[in-house]
Amino acid sequence: MDLGPHAAFIVLSYAAALIILAALIGWIAFDHRALRRTLSALEKQGVTRRSDGASR
Amino acid sequence: MSLIDLANPSRFLAFADRVLPWLIGATALLFALGIYQASLAPDDYQQGATVKIMFIHVPSAWLAMFGWTVMSVSALGTLVWRHPLADVAAKAAAPIGAAFTLLCLVSGSLWGRPMWGTYWVWDARLTSVFVLFLMYLGVIALWRTIEEPTRAGRVAAILTLVGAINIPIIKYSVDFWNTLHQPASVMRLDGPTIHSSILIPLVTMAVAFTLLFVTLHLAAMRNEILRRRIRTMQLMQAQAAPGH
Repeated sequence: MDLGPHAAFIVLSYAAALIILAALIGWIAFDHRALRRTLSALEKQGVTRRSDGASR
Repeated sequence: MSLIDLANPSRFLAFADRVLPWLIGATALLFALGIYQASLAPDDYQQGATVKIMFIHVPSAWLAMFGWTVMSVSALGTLVWRHPLADVAAKAAAPIGAAFTLLCLVSGSLWGRPMWGTYWVWDARLTSVFVLFLMYLGVIALWRTIEEPTRAGRVAAILTLVGAINIPIIKYSVDFWNTLHQPASVMRLDGPTIHSSILIPLVTMAVAFTLLFVTLHLAAMRNEILRRRIRTMQLMQAQAAPGH
């Protein structure tokens, strides 16, 4: 594919999209994993929410 | 499951867990199709191959405004209807909207240099989008400043609704003022002025970007519900601690 005389600007634009969106996806995914870990650690300690207690 | 059922955070979490894998698959497929179509799109008669930047710049610009619109509707949900997930939706949308706005600014700047001869100019369109980016950062900072989520949600909702005035300003800035940025060429009353060979990949990429936004928003809302659940449990743990 010939991107012409301004190829660097086109490649940089797509690279910026890749970096920004990958960072966003990675942040949300890592955040989810960390939250699940903290939640399961609290549950192992026997900490429950009032609504959990009510539903049992 | 009706929409009202999703107001229950536990039901929303179950819904998100079920829907997210399908959304991720559909987003990946549409991106693959969009990038394939974009690679086959012909050069523009004036802009040459740089027209390919449009396939990421235009969808990210739309989603930059869409993100604030989602936050504004959520803000109404917080202030008027007091929907339990409204401020969760608003908080989750802010960093996603900020990321798309940043991508819009960066890709626009990289498109502007070869076409306009400059990376940046303080005209109405570019400045109003830059203001939108600053507003996103402001709302994110506000959420981090106030610890109590419900109170933070109400304050952020007011700021969001005040900031919503910037969305029509961005949209119509190219009509109201004399700008370096070109006027609308897709969302026009008399129809798009772009040839179908370029319009079709643009629409595919726009749908792919929108699906990505929806997927990430759902995932970020799920994270926010878990964060609030953890906060409640930690508060209960602190209250139950001996000597409290």
